[in-house]
Amino acid sequence: MATKADTAALPAEPAAGSTFPLLVLIAGWLIPGAGHLILGKWVRALLLAAAILAMFIIGVALGGKLYSPNTGEPLDILGFLGDLGAGLPFIIGRFSGLGQAPVLTAVADYGTKFISIVGLLNIVAAIDAHSIAIGRKPA
Amino acid sequence: MTLSHFSAVLICAACIGIVFGITQRAEPKMMIRFGAYTFVVLVAVTIAASWGMWLIKH
Repeated sequence: MATKADTAALPAEPAAGSTFPLLVLIAGWLIPGAGHLILGKWVRALLLAAAILAMFIIGVALGGKLYSPNTGEPLDILGFLGDLGAGLPFIIGRFSGLGQAPVLTAVADYGTKFISIVGLLNIVAAIDAHSIAIGRKPA
Repeated sequence: MTLSHFSAVLICAACIGIVFGITQRAEPKMMIRFGAYTFVVLVAVTIAASWGMWLIKH
């Protein structure tokens, strides 16, 4: 029989069919750190947002490339999928014409890698927020 | 903006360390430890790989 202390340590179970975890996942993907912010983990949210956005801004400032989905090159499509993980920063950057110059220097290539890594890190952060929301990870 | 390869590695490892620390551990103390561990391993592996490539070339 579970004691009061045992039940207090368990993560909150979302209601069946709840859209809240999905909202956390999508918010965390679109805005870095937003998933954790919705869950009330504002320190984690600030650190995640700072790390992810700083890396994205540095990547763009280095002359990194924001990939297009329709070049027909398989590696470009993979790069686009990686970049897309960054959410709104990538979408805003893409539509405002950032990262369209050809990558001709090693520094610009670092920038391209930074942006791809940002996308992957943001996906990890969004999934972590989702795991907390569904109770798979302790809050 | 320009960066040396080493400073780019430090920035990249720091950001990855923060995200991995927060997402891969549940307790704050363990988050800091794992973040620091990730940072050190990434930088160390990059330096080791750099020396490895230098040795192959020479």
